[in-house]
Amino acid sequence: MSERTIELEVLRYRPEQDQEPFFQTYKVPCEEEWVVLDALNYVKEEMDRTLSYRWSCHMFVCGSCGMMIDGEPKLACKAFLKDYPTGKIRVEPLSNFPIERDLVVVLDDFVEKLESVKPYIIPKEERTVEQGEYLQTPAQLKAFKQYTLCINCLCCYAVCPQYGLDESFVGPAALALAHRYNMDSRDLGRAARDDVVAAAEGIWHCSFVGACSQVCPKDVDPAGAIQQAKFAHGIDYLTSFLPGGKR
Amino acid sequence: MQVIEADVIIVGAGGAGLRTAIAVAEADPKLSIALLSKVYPMRSHTCAAEGGAAGVIKSNDNLEYHFHDTVSGGDWLTDQDAVDLFVNEIPKELLRMEHWGCPWSRETSGNVAVRPFGGMKIMRTWFAADKTGFHMLHTLFQTSIKYPSVKRFDEYYTVDLLTDDGACYGCTAIEMRTGQMRQFRGKAIVICSGGAGKIFPFTTNGAVKTGDGMAMAYRAGVPLKDMEFVQYHPTGLPGSGILLTEACRGEGGYLLNKDGYRYLQDYGLGPETPTPVLKAMELGPRDQLSQAFWHEQKKGRTIPTKWGDVVHLDLRHLGEKKIDERLPLIRELSAKYVDSDPVTTLVPVRPVVHYMMGGIHTDIHAATPLNGLYAAGECACVSINGANRLGSNSLGELLVFGARAGRGAAEYAKKGLTAPSERLDALAADSEARVKAWFQRTQATDRVPDLKKRLTTAMEDGCGIYRDEATIKAACDIIVDVRERFKNVALEDKSSVYNTDLYQTLEMDAMIEVAQTVAVSALERRESRGAHQRLDHVKRDDEAFLKHSMAHYNPNGEPRIDYLDVVITKSKPAERVYGARAGGQSAA
Repeated sequence: MSERTIELEVLRYRPEQDQEPFFQTYKVPCEEEWVVLDALNYVKEEMDRTLSYRWSCHMFVCGSCGMMIDGEPKLACKAFLKDYPTGKIRVEPLSNFPIERDLVVVLDDFVEKLESVKPYIIPKEERTVEQGEYLQTPAQLKAFKQYTLCINCLCCYAVCPQYGLDESFVGPAALALAHRYNMDSRDLGRAARDDVVAAAEGIWHCSFVGACSQVCPKDVDPAGAIQQAKFAHGIDYLTSFLPGGKR
Repeated sequence: MQVIEADVIIVGAGGAGLRTAIAVAEADPKLSIALLSKVYPMRSHTCAAEGGAAGVIKSNDNLEYHFHDTVSGGDWLTDQDAVDLFVNEIPKELLRMEHWGCPWSRETSGNVAVRPFGGMKIMRTWFAADKTGFHMLHTLFQTSIKYPSVKRFDEYYTVDLLTDDGACYGCTAIEMRTGQMRQFRGKAIVICSGGAGKIFPFTTNGAVKTGDGMAMAYRAGVPLKDMEFVQYHPTGLPGSGILLTEACRGEGGYLLNKDGYRYLQDYGLGPETPTPVLKAMELGPRDQLSQAFWHEQKKGRTIPTKWGDVVHLDLRHLGEKKIDERLPLIRELSAKYVDSDPVTTLVPVRPVVHYMMGGIHTDIHAATPLNGLYAAGECACVSINGANRLGSNSLGELLVFGARAGRGAAEYAKKGLTAPSERLDALAADSEARVKAWFQRTQATDRVPDLKKRLTTAMEDGCGIYRDEATIKAACDIIVDVRERFKNVALEDKSSVYNTDLYQTLEMDAMIEVAQTVAVSALERRESRGAHQRLDHVKRDDEAFLKHSMAHYNPNGEPRIDYLDVVITKSKPAERVYGARAGGQSAA
């Protein structure tokens, strides 16, 4: 088996004992095929039991292992060592979030935002199980499917300049999720979500830098979702001046 | 210690736990619910389920077919009363998921689409591309937010159940952010903590799946049922163990040996056909496909790699359009992890530990023998899976029995039974002392990662696809040794905040208990049935073993095993029939 040694510079911070975060370097013997998460697991198992980070599925779907890798937010299970030829990799907790410990960040703010956008079907028509499924054509499904793919890894928040400046911004993943339900043919909850989505801290706060969509490991395109939502509100505003429009 | 009270406490917030929480909230919005999980709900391993969830919905299908597929798929170790209500309730549960927004893949008409799956006579597997579990988990999580009575305790590690005089009244859990232990008092408790694939070295299971809830119930006196039945999924990526869904074969993929030959035709699953036929070839049941790999390996017809022997999954003939529409995650994972784009290249695969058929003993209402304690999902054994679960029955199971557990727990909680608070305080103090003891130990002669390697290797060597008395006994001996040496472990991290050294140590404690029930149950079952294949007892023995193994906790040594009759209602045990004789229709 071919091995190579990676210098893994990991940001450490244990609030009970460290005054401030510092970098600790581990020289990790790695297999060629490994991802950064494998290297972290090697450190945890063989070198340092005190290092903490979140992970579970190791297959890009649970969203636990979002972290800054050489300054970019990535899933550690999707960051292949072969893409880091210098042999030196810097690993830090996600930017724009408070550090709980080491690579673990505090997620409270995001979870509250996710909950605030009413991310569930507010039905057009109530339907009983006996009535069967809502019909939804493949084209109707396609209208929102992309926005269902978010794994809440928060790479988008870590790179969002608006969220970095002002954490009252609802942010990319939560707004994309609201848009996902708004675009679902079974849903009629857009007005109920607008309290949050169309507020000053909602879609209008986005300056459309588009970094969120660039770093998204699942190609969700939150920036596109926000642009679509802005456009829909623009249309609403204009049609409100037409006869019968709701002003 | 801070005391937190709720009417219903749920341990685990994956698919089963979330479905339970919603069921309690819908049964009675006045009941308070505490939903605990060691990870945020969306990190739970339900997210990794790919292929789909089986439920009768199409006019060419009926409940009897799903019943018989499940019972014979489980080699008649399923409880038929449980399977009956399962197949009856699952279509309604899947429709509820549809109403809650699950993005099921659709037919052009707008109706939900179904796909073929292994061991199923009719196409009945609902799917959301190849991320069905992920979409179900997020749909359930997001829907749960609608119910104000559901209070989540995210990143709380549950340590012990609080039981008194044959009933359960709560649990202790550590708030991982602070390291503080809390006492949760409830009138009913539901365990939904998932399986324990991590007791094996090569598994599709995520890091969280360490059997914590199984071990907790077991220590509290609830038997673990049919633990020897461990499912190997036939198609995992070598090295990482990442799952490549059965839907790859449902959509028409082939399994090829080193000669490019579709070897399954040599194992009673043929004849080969260019397009898939239900219940035949690559759409046989998982146990038989994994066993066929083992035989091919013995015959020298597998392909050696640095990650062990493999066969090839061939999807090339499906074409890029179908692969992108139906199997996009599979394409991404194969390309990234083994540098094989299935559109143009064969993908190396090998059997990998995937699912525990066994678990916490419950009745059809998801109730355990301990009053007030319920269990649902992979951690539980109802049993609808018997000796071998059919693919796409587990996502249905967590819905049907999650909902049943929720309704049962809500009803039970209304009785308002409690234990004296001094008694609960004393139990909680014992639990805290058990955790504190880990911090006080200083002289370590053993390390958790080393013991874990020893334990998991022993499980693979002794309790793999084929087993015999000698290999299982060797595993049993190693487990006893690991248990002994585990006493010599000390924490290297003594801090309070998000101390993963502590949680991995507590997980190891659970893994030892669970592994021991698997190995000892396997040793005692002297027959071959479903996923439990004994080289020294090659035949199924209904006379002696048409029974559930029940592993009881024994504080002084290995578990005590006794047996419980299987519930047979309308399907008498018979030969399992696949391949041409099964008369399956074309699934093209």
